[in-house]
Amino acid sequence: MKKHALASAVVFLLLGAAAYGALFVAPTEKTMGTIQRIFYLHVSSAWTGLTAFFICFLANLLYVWRREPRWDWLAVSAAEVGLVFTTVVLVTGPIWAHPVWGIWWTWDARLTSTFVLWLVYISYLLLRTLVEEPDRRALFSALFGIFAFIDVPLVFGSIRWWRTQHPQPVVMGGSGSGLEPTMWYVLLFSWGAMLSLMALLVRARFEFEAVRGETELVRREAEGA
Amino acid sequence: MKNLNSVFAAYLAGWGIFFAYYISIARRTASLREEIERLKNSLNRGK
Repeated sequence: MKKHALASAVVFLLLGAAAYGALFVAPTEKTMGTIQRIFYLHVSSAWTGLTAFFICFLANLLYVWRREPRWDWLAVSAAEVGLVFTTVVLVTGPIWAHPVWGIWWTWDARLTSTFVLWLVYISYLLLRTLVEEPDRRALFSALFGIFAFIDVPLVFGSIRWWRTQHPQPVVMGGSGSGLEPTMWYVLLFSWGAMLSLMALLVRARFEFEAVRGETELVRREAEGA
Repeated sequence: MKNLNSVFAAYLAGWGIFFAYYISIARRTASLREEIERLKNSLNRGK
């Protein structure tokens, strides 16, 4: 419990430092001005969400291979946490877009593929509520989770393969892409802070899933007694 | 400092979503732990 409180405090401090870096250390972008500071929260949340979905994908593969409940618990934990980070991306994006584009939303390839990603992982979580038997639920959702990951490379490639309203990538975007060095440091620090938050949330969610597994066992024992 | 309100709104919304989710996990886990205790107690009473 003490260790958990300490980890939460460290993550909180890292998030505070990341916000300070984004608001006060990073230079003001020339074209967009102050509003561009949302970038550090928006992009680091997006990268962290995709990382969580990748963990979910690996855990689903491991469940199909090993059939151990802990991989199912990790998969659902990473999926739910990835969904939370993607929700932050979908909320902060329009707040940034409105003053810059003059619209809150547009159905371009990046925004649409991200919205589809959000819907697909909501479906993954809904699917789990429809199957009661734990082993069948774990297997069905693992197979669905492996399939769901197909959208992640699409989100990554959407701004590289198609012309979009969304800005071009700052990483692996070819000539003309990239960032000013201080912006890079602040972005990487923000991503590190978000990854630590992701680890904290996945750990807490995993613990919840383990307790739920125990509850199901005790409940069955109580019903049989 | 044009659009500073939008920047703060974005950070507040982001942090709010993370905080609400963290609290929801803690509550759900605590409620399950209570249920386990209740079930275990009823099992022990039945023995």
